[in-house]
Amino acid sequence: MLSRESSATLLNAVTAFLYKEARLQDEHQYEAWEALWTDDGVYWVPANGADIDPEKEMSIIYDNRSRIALRVRQLLTGKHHTQSPQSRLRRLISNIELLDGQPGADIAVGSNSMIFESSLRDDTIWAARNEHRLRYVDGELRMAYKKVTLVNNDKAIYTLSFLV
Amino acid sequence: MNVMPCASQWEELIRPDRVHGSLYSDPAIFEAELQSIWYRTWVYVGHESEVPKANDYVLKSIGPQSVIMTRDEQGKVNLLLNRCSHRGNQVCSYDKGNARSFTCPFHSWTFANDGRLVGYAFPDGYEGQDKSQLALGRVTRVESYRGFVFGSFAAEGPTLKEHLGGAAEAIDRLVRTSPEGEVEVTAGFLKHRVKANWKFILENECDGYHPAFVHSSIFGVADSAIGKLYGGASTALTRDYGEGHTEIDLRPEFRKRDVPMSWFGTSSDRLPDYTARMNAAYGEKAAREIMIDGTPHVMIFPNLFIAEIQMFVIQPLAVDDSVQHVTALQFKGAPDLNRRLRQQTMGSVGPAGFLLADDSEMYERCHRGVLSRNPEWIFLGRGEKRERTDEAGFKVGHVTDEVPSRGIWRHYRKLMEAQ
Repeated sequence: MLSRESSATLLNAVTAFLYKEARLQDEHQYEAWEALWTDDGVYWVPANGADIDPEKEMSIIYDNRSRIALRVRQLLTGKHHTQSPQSRLRRLISNIELLDGQPGADIAVGSNSMIFESSLRDDTIWAARNEHRLRYVDGELRMAYKKVTLVNNDKAIYTLSFLV
Repeated sequence: MNVMPCASQWEELIRPDRVHGSLYSDPAIFEAELQSIWYRTWVYVGHESEVPKANDYVLKSIGPQSVIMTRDEQGKVNLLLNRCSHRGNQVCSYDKGNARSFTCPFHSWTFANDGRLVGYAFPDGYEGQDKSQLALGRVTRVESYRGFVFGSFAAEGPTLKEHLGGAAEAIDRLVRTSPEGEVEVTAGFLKHRVKANWKFILENECDGYHPAFVHSSIFGVADSAIGKLYGGASTALTRDYGEGHTEIDLRPEFRKRDVPMSWFGTSSDRLPDYTARMNAAYGEKAAREIMIDGTPHVMIFPNLFIAEIQMFVIQPLAVDDSVQHVTALQFKGAPDLNRRLRQQTMGSVGPAGFLLADDSEMYERCHRGVLSRNPEWIFLGRGEKRERTDEAGFKVGHVTDEVPSRGIWRHYRKLMEAQ
């Protein structure tokens, strides 16, 4: 159990991390975003609910670290047509909470996000619950796990080719 | 306001080497397609493995209509329309489950999972009413082929086997990838919506001309061997099976490689369990041939696309609104192969897929593009002069030729003229 003071300090650090991640995503700074990941990072966007087994059922994204790198490399080619021109994006991150975790384990963080995307097709609003697991690596916070549960992930959704 | 096209108009709109842009964008034509294609011909609905046990059900669709696929207590698969026979309320609101009956929440009418009306609230108000006249609507004909369940709203017409024609053999080839000869649809569906006409999707599935360009971003960074299959020097073929079914036949390239499992970008030693089970099931010689040839790349008109490692179901909702339902193919008795199939499928397709995000971008841009009417036509003449007939009598061409699109439109015209 953290003291109230150290808990507030951690929440500040975590909040700053999530805001930075959001800005890098909104501004298509793919390499800087990739650098936020730990070497064992898992990036998961489930389909059809929040509690499916990604080892057995289809997810919208279920990337291990090498597939995260591949996703970024595809975006960097400039020939990933769905992102050229790039979506214009702004997202709000809120309801940030430190979630109960095991002592010594990664820092579990819950948050909500709302994303406004403007693309060639149209304007699209996305809303999601996010669960991050963060870890200090060489004194810097890094993401070891990010789960993005879209509110409408049980429905047919449009192309989601920006970093969510 | 558009009017319903008459038969002679189809000849004007659909020429041997070009089709009119309005075929993709005219709401009246979309309505005509619902009547002449989606609510008449055989349409793929679901797979028997999605309702394995008695009383299982899963919500499916035929075009914009919601269809409940059930397995009743006798084990029979039913395709019921999700519409109460009383006031039209939808009786089922969950994607899947297990239920002997469906009770309409509006006035508590209750239907057995074979469609029979079994009861209504306060029955004294219906004295003398014959309940058998008030069953749930059904898809008129239901047939399945190797577990794939199709429905047709036409009381009469070709059998499913006649409709599948030569393409049935592609499904035969597919199920042979399983050591037990069965496909299973158990991995759940991604549902990818596009603001585009459904025929852009249909035609793209066996278009071998686009991958080198649409997918260059991922082929370049993923060290993929797929790109070469669709190159100018490729010996792979496009095929028109008739009845609107089309194929990209990659076997000539895989046979040149002569390496089992190369079709899946892997090798037998990485799938020892699968290889052993295939050898045991088919004998080493036949198993080797199956594992060299791989699974088919075949588009069953109008909505079932078997794309080697996954299957797509195309659903039209409106003239400019379509959904691609996609899942990894799973082969009974092949757990190690299945795991890789799921991983590869999740990477490639769906809303965030390395491949399908770009295909879908093309569908949407094409849809907006054809709203410009100069030129009025979509030109589909590629490879027309070098089209030939294979031993089985089907039209084939180079992998980049537009044999499939021309075949789809020939069949489409026949269906639309028959309205």
